[in-house]
Amino acid sequence: MADTDTRYTRDHEWVRLDGDIATVGITDHAQEALGDVVFVELPEVDRVVEASEACAVVESVKAASDIYAPLAGRVVETNQTIVDEPALVNSDAMGEGWFFRLEIDDTEAFNALLDEAAYTEFLETL
Amino acid sequence: MDAGLSPLAELAVLEAADSFVSRHIAPSDDEITAMLREVGAASLADLAAKTVPETIRTNAAMDLPPPIDEAGVLAELRELAGRNVLNKSLLGMGYHGTVTPPVVLRNALESPGWYTAYTPYQAEIAQGRLEALLNFQTVICELTGMEIANASLLDEATAAAEAMAMAHAISRTKSDMLAVAADVHPQTRAVLATRAKPIGIHLLDVVPGDVDAIRAAKPFALLLQYPGSTGAIRDLSAEIAAAQTLGALAIVAADPLSLAVLTPPGEMGADMVVGSAQRFGVPMGFGGPHAGFFATRDPFKRHMPGRLVGVSVDASGAPAMRLALQTREQHIRREKATSNICTAQVLLAVIAGFYAVWHGPEGLRRIARRVNLQARLLAEAARQGGHRLRHAAFFDTIAVETADADDLIAAASAAGFNLRRIDPTGVAIALDETVTRADLRCLAVLLGGEPGAAAPSIPAALTRATSFLEQSVFHQHHAEHEMLRYLKRLEDKDVALNRSMIPLGSCTMKLNASAEMIPISLPGFADMHPFAPAEQTAGYTTLITRLADWLKAATGFAAVSLQPNAGSQGEYAGLLAIRAYQAVRGEAHRDVCLIPSSAHGTNPASAAMAGLTVVVVGCDRDGNVDLADLKVKAAKHADRLAALMITYPSTHGVFEAAIRDICALVHAHGGQVYMDGANMNAQVGLTSPAAIGADVCHLNLHKTFCIPHGGGGPGVGPIGVAAHLAPHLPNHPLRADAGPASGIGPVSAAPFGSALILPISYAYIRMMGAEGLTRATEVAILNANYIAARLRGHYPVLYSGPGGMVAHECIIDCRGFQAEAGVMVEDIAKRLQDFGYHAPTMSWPVAGTLMIEPTESESKAELDRFCEAMITIRAEIAAIAAGKLDRVDNPLKHAPHTAREVTADVWTHAYTRTQAAFPLPWVAAGGKYWPPVKRVDNVYGDRNLACTCAPLEAYAEAAE
Repeated sequence: MADTDTRYTRDHEWVRLDGDIATVGITDHAQEALGDVVFVELPEVDRVVEASEACAVVESVKAASDIYAPLAGRVVETNQTIVDEPALVNSDAMGEGWFFRLEIDDTEAFNALLDEAAYTEFLETL
Repeated sequence: MDAGLSPLAELAVLEAADSFVSRHIAPSDDEITAMLREVGAASLADLAAKTVPETIRTNAAMDLPPPIDEAGVLAELRELAGRNVLNKSLLGMGYHGTVTPPVVLRNALESPGWYTAYTPYQAEIAQGRLEALLNFQTVICELTGMEIANASLLDEATAAAEAMAMAHAISRTKSDMLAVAADVHPQTRAVLATRAKPIGIHLLDVVPGDVDAIRAAKPFALLLQYPGSTGAIRDLSAEIAAAQTLGALAIVAADPLSLAVLTPPGEMGADMVVGSAQRFGVPMGFGGPHAGFFATRDPFKRHMPGRLVGVSVDASGAPAMRLALQTREQHIRREKATSNICTAQVLLAVIAGFYAVWHGPEGLRRIARRVNLQARLLAEAARQGGHRLRHAAFFDTIAVETADADDLIAAASAAGFNLRRIDPTGVAIALDETVTRADLRCLAVLLGGEPGAAAPSIPAALTRATSFLEQSVFHQHHAEHEMLRYLKRLEDKDVALNRSMIPLGSCTMKLNASAEMIPISLPGFADMHPFAPAEQTAGYTTLITRLADWLKAATGFAAVSLQPNAGSQGEYAGLLAIRAYQAVRGEAHRDVCLIPSSAHGTNPASAAMAGLTVVVVGCDRDGNVDLADLKVKAAKHADRLAALMITYPSTHGVFEAAIRDICALVHAHGGQVYMDGANMNAQVGLTSPAAIGADVCHLNLHKTFCIPHGGGGPGVGPIGVAAHLAPHLPNHPLRADAGPASGIGPVSAAPFGSALILPISYAYIRMMGAEGLTRATEVAILNANYIAARLRGHYPVLYSGPGGMVAHECIIDCRGFQAEAGVMVEDIAKRLQDFGYHAPTMSWPVAGTLMIEPTESESKAELDRFCEAMITIRAEIAAIAAGKLDRVDNPLKHAPHTAREVTADVWTHAYTRTQAAFPLPWVAAGGKYWPPVKRVDNVYGDRNLACTCAPLEAYAEAAE
C-alpha cells in the first residue's frame, strides 16, 4: 500500500503536510539504524529555520545524529512526549514519534521531496 | 658450566642469566621455536622480514645505552631522584603539598589491581573502579555546588580550555571573545592562548571584580579563578551575573580544598567549574599526572567533554555502573566533536576520591580550616614584621608586600622553602597540609614576626553554609581496616593485568613491571613542585634529557617534547607544530588535513581543534589507504594541503607496503605527514616513523613504553619531530628549558607534562636496551601471528600483509554469526568474562569484529588459554546454529554469569550451571573470577541518567 501523503529526505526524515503545517519525524529506517533512542533535543518554538538547517538532535547509545529541517519555515510545535519518552521514536517513528511542526511558505518545496517509492529506491542504494 | 671458562667469565654468564629482558618478554626460547613453527616462519628475523616491508627497515641498532638489571635501574633512579633538591614548595598556583593516605598509597596507587586496569568500557568487569570514579564525581559535584561532573580531565589548564571550547559552542552570543580575570593562574592563561588561536577565539584580560569591563567586552564566556592565583577571595556573584545577562557563560577555576569552607561557585551562579584534584592526596610529581575536573549544570551535560560514569541496572535489575552518554565522545563525533579528549586521569581521580572517602566531610573541613589558620597566623606574623598584605580576604595563600621580593625569596630558600615571586615587591606563600608547626615558626621569623595571633580571613558572605558529602560512603571508611577492606572489595570486582591478559587491539596492554613502578614513589620525584627553581630539579632534567634522547633514537627524529600528557594532546601539539612551520614559510593558508576513514576518532577531532578542515580518504577492502583516492584528494587540495594523519602499522594491524609512496605523495603536494603512534609497538627497532617518511609522530608511553593504563589514564603522549619542525615544539612561559623559545606555547599546564611517570618509561628502555626492545617488537608480532594462526580455523582472520602475516594485532570477523546463530560480537565479548578474560577491542576499526593485541609480555600458556576460550565460544555458536543450544536461552546471550545466579536455588536455563560458570577445566582450577554483575543495560542508564553516589541505595531498593 503506497503512502502518497508522506515525503522523505535523504537524511531519513519524513514530512507530512496539513495545509501549511508540515509535521517532521525520522523514518523507520533511521530509528532502526540508530537503535534504542535515549535522548531527543528539539528546537524552540518560533525558531525560523532554513531548509537543511540542523535543528534537532537524536541520540542512541551508539550514535548521535542531527536532524535537519526538510523545508524552510517557522517552528510552531514540538513533541515533548518524545523528550520524556524517547522509546516512542523507536516504537512509532512514523506516527506518535514525530519531532516538530513547521509553518511553511512554499508548499511546492514539499512536492519536490522524495515520495515513498523514491525513498525506498534510495534506501536500496545504501 | 663449561670447564674452559675462567671464574670471571663464568660470573658474567651467571649475572646475565637473570636479565630483565627475559622477564618482560614472556615466551621462552623453546616456546618461541614452537610458535614460529605454528605461524610458518623459520626464525624471529624471518618473521620480521615477512611482516615489515624491506623498504622501511632500519637495519642499524638504535643508539641506546647497554641494558642494566632491575637492581641497577633502581639504584640509578634513586641517584637521579637524589639530585633533586626538595625544598618545601609553598608556590601554590594549583600545586600543593599533600599527604597521600598510606593505606591509599600502598593499596591503590601502588597496587597493580588498580594501575594495570584498562578504561572501563567493559563495565561488568570494571565495577570497582567505576564506583571509585562515581565517588570522585560526587566529591566534585558537592564541593563545587554543581549538578554533574565528569570522571576527570588531564589538568586544570586543559580543563579550562575545554570549558572555553564548550562555552564557545553553546553560547548564544555571536562573540569570539573570552574574558579572563587577570588573577587566573599564568599557566592556565598560557594554555588558553595556545588553544584559542587556531579556532579564532580571542582572550581579553579583565581586572578581577571589574563588572563594567566584562559588560564592555561582550564575551561569549568569562573565566574566573577562585581563590585567585595569589590568594585573594571575593564574591563572584556580580561578575557571573553580569556575564550571564549578556548571554555569556561563567566558568570558575576553583581549588577543591578551599570549597570545604568557602561558598561554592555553583551557589554564586557559575555555569562550569574546573580545577585540579591534585591536593586530594596526589603527589605534585613535578607537574603531574593529576586529575583535572570539570563540573557543569544539568542542561549542559550533553556538551560536556570527557568520560562520565553513570548508574544503570544489569540484566537482573540490580544496580550497575558504566560509562554514560558515550556518543558525546570524539570516537563517535569525529571532526564534529568540540574536544579530542580521550584519555582521562582515572587512577588519580580514583586516588582523589579515596582521599575524600578516607577523610570524610569533617576531615576535609578540618584540613581546610587548618591550612586557613596557618595562613592567618602567618599573615599576622607578616603584619608584625611590617609587611603589608595585598589581600585581607584569603583562604590558604597570602600575598606579602616587601621591599625586595628576591631578598625574601632567597632567605626563604636558604631556610628550605620555595616562595612565589609575584613581582619585584610581591611574594605569595601558599600553605598546605604538610606544613608543620616548625615550618610555620621558621616562616614567621623570615617575615619578622611570630605566630600567635590570627584575624579572620574569610568574610561571612564567602563562608560555606551548605553541607556536603552526606552519602554513606564518605562516613563508613575512616578506620583503616574499613578502608583497607573497602579498597580490596572494589579491586576484587575488576579484571586487570594481575588476573589475565587484556588483549585490546590498539591499546598495547603490556607488562608494567614492578621495578618500573617503584621509582614513582621516591620523594625526590614525587614531592617536586612543577615551578620549583630549575637549579633544584637537576635529577628530573637529566632524566628528561636522557629519555628524550632515547625516544629520538626509537623514532629516528631530531627532537622530542615530553609535555603532551595524552596521545590526543600529542596529536594536537604535532598539528600545531606543522601549522606554525607552514606559517613561517608564508603558507598559513594551508588548512586541509587528509585523514583515512579507518583513523581513530581523535585524529579528526584534533585536526578540527587545530583549525584544520578534515577531508576523508577512503580505504580499500584490505583496510589500506586507497591510493587512487589519496592521489585525487591530495591533488585537488594541493594549494591548501596542510597534512596527512596516518596510523602505522594501519589501524587494521597491517604494515602497508605503500607507506613511503603515501608520504612522498603528500610531501609532493606541499603537505606534512603526521604519524599516529598508537601502533608503535610493532615498529620499535625494526622501522621508525622517520624511516617511513613521516615528519612528526606522537608516542603513547602508556602503550609502547610501559606506563600503566591506570584504569583509563594517566597517559603520556610525547611528540617526536624532524629537524625542520623542532623550532615549533611546545614550550612553557614558566620554564625556559621546556621547549624552544620559538615554540607554539604550552599544551599542558606543567612544563614537562606528567613528569612523575616518566621514570617508568626510562626504566623500561634502560633495562631492555636496543636489542631487547627490538626482540620485544619481534615477539609482539610473533604472539599476534600465533593467535591468528590458532584461531584461523575457527574464525575468519581479516587482514594481513603481502607476506601473509599480521603486524602486532589481528582482527577476527564475527559478523557471520548473527545470521547463523543470532550471536552478536558483544555476546562473545561478554562470554569471555565467564572465562576470566577482558574482551579484545570490539567493533573497531571494523563493526562486528574483534581486534586482538597480545603484546610480547604474554606467555604461550596464556595465549593458549585465551585461544581455547575463543575456540570454546566458537563451538557454542556452532551448537546454537545446529540447534543443540537454544537461540535465545544460551550461555552467550546470558553472559556474564554471576556467582549469585549460578548458586541460586532455582536454575531455569536450558544449559547447565557448569557450562555457564566453568566452561573449561582451567577456569575452575585457575581461581575463578566472578563478574560482580550481569550484563549492564546501557539504554536504561542513558535514559535515566544518574552520575553521583546518592541515588545508589535508591536504585538498590528499586531493584528489589
